[in-house]
Order: sequence, then C-alpha cells, then structure tokens
Amino acid sequence: MTSQAQVRRLLSLVPYLREHDGAAMSDVAAAFGITTKTLRDDLSVLWMCGLPGLTPGDMIDIDMDAVDGEGVIHLSNADYLTRPLRLAADEALALVLALRTLREVAGPGERDAIDRALVKLEAAAGDTAAGDQVSVTVTAARDEVQARVNEGLLHHKRLDLTYDVASRAETTRRMVDPLRVFVLEGYGYLDAWCYSATALRTFRLDRIAAVEVTDVDVAPHDVVLKDLSHGWFETLRDSPLVTLDLQPEAAWVGEYYPTEAVSAHPDGGLTVSLRVTDPAWLRGLLLRLGGRARVVAPAGAGDSAAEAAREALAQYRALFG
Amino acid sequence: MAPRKTERILNLTICLLVSGRYLPKSRIREAVEGYHDLSDAAFERTFERDKDELRALGVPIEVGSFDPMFDDEPGYRILPSEFELPAIDLDAEEASVVGVAARVWQHASMAESTMSAIAKLRAAGVEPDASQLASLEPSVSATEPAFEPLWHAVLDRTRVSFTYREGATRTLEPWGITSSKGRWYVIGRDTDRDATRMFKLSRITDLPKRISRPGAFAVPEDLDLRSLARSLAPKEPTAEAIVAILPGKAPTLRRRGELTTSSVALPVGFEVVKVGYSDLWTMAEEVTRYAADVIVLDPPEMRDAVITTLERVAATTEPELVS
Repeated sequence: MTSQAQVRRLLSLVPYLREHDGAAMSDVAAAFGITTKTLRDDLSVLWMCGLPGLTPGDMIDIDMDAVDGEGVIHLSNADYLTRPLRLAADEALALVLALRTLREVAGPGERDAIDRALVKLEAAAGDTAAGDQVSVTVTAARDEVQARVNEGLLHHKRLDLTYDVASRAETTRRMVDPLRVFVLEGYGYLDAWCYSATALRTFRLDRIAAVEVTDVDVAPHDVVLKDLSHGWFETLRDSPLVTLDLQPEAAWVGEYYPTEAVSAHPDGGLTVSLRVTDPAWLRGLLLRLGGRARVVAPAGAGDSAAEAAREALAQYRALFG
Repeated sequence: MAPRKTERILNLTICLLVSGRYLPKSRIREAVEGYHDLSDAAFERTFERDKDELRALGVPIEVGSFDPMFDDEPGYRILPSEFELPAIDLDAEEASVVGVAARVWQHASMAESTMSAIAKLRAAGVEPDASQLASLEPSVSATEPAFEPLWHAVLDRTRVSFTYREGATRTLEPWGITSSKGRWYVIGRDTDRDATRMFKLSRITDLPKRISRPGAFAVPEDLDLRSLARSLAPKEPTAEAIVAILPGKAPTLRRRGELTTSSVALPVGFEVVKVGYSDLWTMAEEVTRYAADVIVLDPPEMRDAVITTLERVAATTEPELVS
C-alpha cells in the first residue's frame, strides 16, 4: 500500500469514527475493506497527528486501551475533520461504472434506484468527473425478460423458461429455480436449478427467449454456486481439456476463449488447450472455423464436426446438384 | 508503507485546513513537525512532493498572497467548503445498489478507487447494505495492459500515443472508455488523422505513453459514448440472404429474420427465412456452424462459401467406411 492510499483512507476514517463512536475494530475494517491489522496501523498514524504545535491538547485523541482491550474505537479532538474529502475523478468514475454494470442486469425497481443514486453522486462529485466519459454495455436480456428474471430471483419464485441452447442450436422449455444473476466478461447469466436436468445450470440472459414468473416458491437446493472471482478459468476447471491446432486465421480463438496452454507456431498459428463443457459447443466452433482448426487430443473429439459437415454437404448436393 | 510520511502529509492537510488564511511556506515549515529536521533544499523538495500528492488525491490547495500589505511570498490554504464532500443523502434502496456496486470491479486499482469512494460515502453517513440484493453479482474486469494508462489519460485529459495492430503509431485525445461484450474500447480524436476514432484495447501492442500535460484538450460537451461506439462499429446489415432453417434450430438466426417463401423443393419441415447481413463471409461462418440445420438458398456466392467451408471441415477426419 502506498502512503497516498493511506492518506486517502485516513481522511475518510476520521469523520467515520466521529460518527460511529465505540465502533468495533472488525466492523470498521470490514466497512473500509481492510484487515484489522491495517486498521490498527492506521490508528497508530492518526494518533500522531493533530493541530500545528502537536501539544497533547492538539493531538487527535484515540483511546488505545479500548482499541487493544475491548477492540472498540473512541476518537475525539478532530473537530476540523467532520466531513470526508470530496470525491476524486477516479473514485467517482469507478463507482459510476460499477453502478452502470449493475444497471445492465437489474430489474426496473433497482434501475430507478441506480438512476437516482447516479444523479446524486454526479451532483456530489461536481465538475471533477464527467460520468459520460465511461460506459459499459453488458449483453443481457431484453427489458421485460430481465424484469421477470429479477422478480423471480428477488421474490424466490420458480421461473418457466424458454431458452435457446446455442450449442444444440435449438429452443427448449423448462422450469427453473433462480439462484443468482451475474455478469462475467461482458455477458449476463442466470444460475438456476433446472428441473429438466435436475442439476445446476447457467443460462445466458440474452438467449432467454421468454420467461414467466410462476406462483411456486423456489425449493431449497443443495448446491454450491461457483466462485466467480477468478473468471471462467475456475468455473470450467472440472471440464475435459481439448487441444487444438489453429491455423493463423483461427488464432483469435486463443485470445477469445480462456485457454490453459498456448504455444505459437512459426507461421503464426497456435496450439491451444481449452476446457470444453459441452461437445456440441466444440462441434459448432470447429464448423465455424472451417477446417482452420484440427483436434490434436483427445482422439475423435473432432469427428462429430466432420460428420455434421458431410451430412450438410450431402443435403446441398441433393438440392443443388 | 511510510507512516512518518503519512503523518507529515496528514498534519500538513490539517494545518492548511484550519488556518483560514494563506500560510507562507516558512510558517508551514515551523508548524508541521515532519519538516523540522530537513535542510532548506530537502524541505523545498519534500513540500513540493507533498503538495503534488495531495492534489492528486483531489485536495484543493489554493495558492494566494497571505498578507498583501507586507510580503509577496505566496501562501497556501485549503478552504473547508472546497475540501468537503457536499451533503449526499441516499435512501435505503439507493444505498443498497451502491453496496452491490462496491464489489463489481475485478481490477485491483479500480476496486481500490471504488472502495475509497464508498469509504467517503460511509464517512458522510451513507450505510451501503447489499444484503437485500445478495443474489446479484455483476462484475467488470479489465485485463488489457493498456487499460490503466488510458483510464488515467481519460480522467485527466492527457494526450497519448500507442502502437496499434500492425505497428502503426497513433496519437489520440482520449474522450472516453467503453466496454462491450467484455472488451474495452477507447474513443477520441486521432490527432494525426484529425478524425474521431475508436480503438480496441486488446489490439494496442504497447503501453500508451502520456505525451501532454493533463487538461490538454476538451471533451465534446454532448459526448455520447454508446452511440459513437455504435456508429464506429462494423456496419449494419446491407444485404439479404434467403436461408432455410429447421424449426426450433438456429434460434438466434431465425429471430433476426422474417418468414418468406422459395421455389426450391426443400426437405419436409424447413422454414424459409430472409436475414440481413453486412459481410458475406461472416454470415457464411455463422451458417456453417449449424451444418445441416440451415441451408443457404441465396445468394449463390454465400452458398458456395458455406459449401467450401464444410468441405474443409469434412476433410479434417477420415469418413468411416460404409461397407
């Protein structure tokens, strides 16, 4: 941590502690997103600060016995720091962008609250930050679908879902219990217990063709939702690994999808290994790449794509000669 | 971490905040304990650096004449009214969405900026509570190395130069930064071409360099990043293809098009659909994905493109021998 980040935090910590007299160390650390050790260091620094002159009567007063004893903070004699410093541009815009990301997957009620909060934040930030300099678009559901998914999610109601399965290229209908809506790498998803699969399934929000909220309450499910903090890598870890040889024209695959191992060829091609959850997805990818990708391992993983291509060619021959 | 330095900067802040009038440097040097043991030159250097650090945090240090009757040595002060966050009153719903926003950023320094903003709001009496919306987990990340330098250049309006794709150097006044489908783009005025341009961050091959002072250009008042990004993005459909689709298959393609008819004698069950496209090969790639579930009827060049692609895929493995 830089001393700049610490100065910035201390300027917020003083007014916060004035307003929360007797707050527990652990609560304050959680509120500021720091460890209690860092908080203890912060208090030691504050204890050495105060009005020019720094006589005992000038110093910020912190009851260190209470800090190290009961683990609570009493701070006084800092009447000149009753308010936090105004928002800096980086703070205002990072928060604005986070709120806008949330807005992309929020229902109508939360959207209203976000819009009101954004107006107040921009007013408080003044001319230090222009909110229109940052924007984010998440590929998510249409508004009415989003509203219903969130209604089911927040009121714990079962959903009747019509969904386009991309890998099988067809539309399906199923009952699901919504568990979580999340955004990862620009796309919105719904985690739900699927009664057709009797398992946890993840649905891309933009592929939900239609949804109805039922009167049925969601049932308890013994599932652990995946930790998203490391992106797709972690969530895919249990899926089979497929190794592909990519010609230069198909090398974008190595940049676009999470890969576990990449080696470059002299001609600009790549050999990549990636986790494949669904064989149908791999078939679609190989077809789309039009022979510019070959499966190295496991043997036979590319057969269904080639087979599908031969079937399609036979159909064209029958129609057009 | 340097606790002594933090102490000194904090004591300087308090000193300037409570003085109410412009304080000359000599007076600041006496008043702030951390400056006492420094030589003249070291004090000058340290004081300048401390001021820069505070200004970088957004602390408004004013320079003025502390006593026009006697001396023209400049003085410094911080006006509490300029320093303090204005009153901000969020209701429970607003505080709860701010609570969710607190955990959105997956990029370390952006997460730190967000956390610091939330700390200020908490210090101003807002109590963000995300527990009502615990089942919403939006996230945004930025893995492109060019992101951080460009973000700062956007914030303080600094001109940058960088290498794009095939090695061309571009000079840009970055107006804004925007994300779509998880990819970041920067939009601004390309000063060499004197035109508005959009660049994909993953195609910038070096770290953008700052080549001007902050505040070097003005951002258009009516900047609308989303519509600019749309207008600078690949073209809207310009041509139409006729395809046959098995019902229930290729739903995204089906939904983009509208039903029509064809004189081709199709296998039973196929629906004929007219779909707009802008690039023949991009559309052919998409159709190839669906193999026998989608048949291109028109234009013939697209059908040939799909057949050629399918032949290449078919050649990647040996067909099973049928006896």
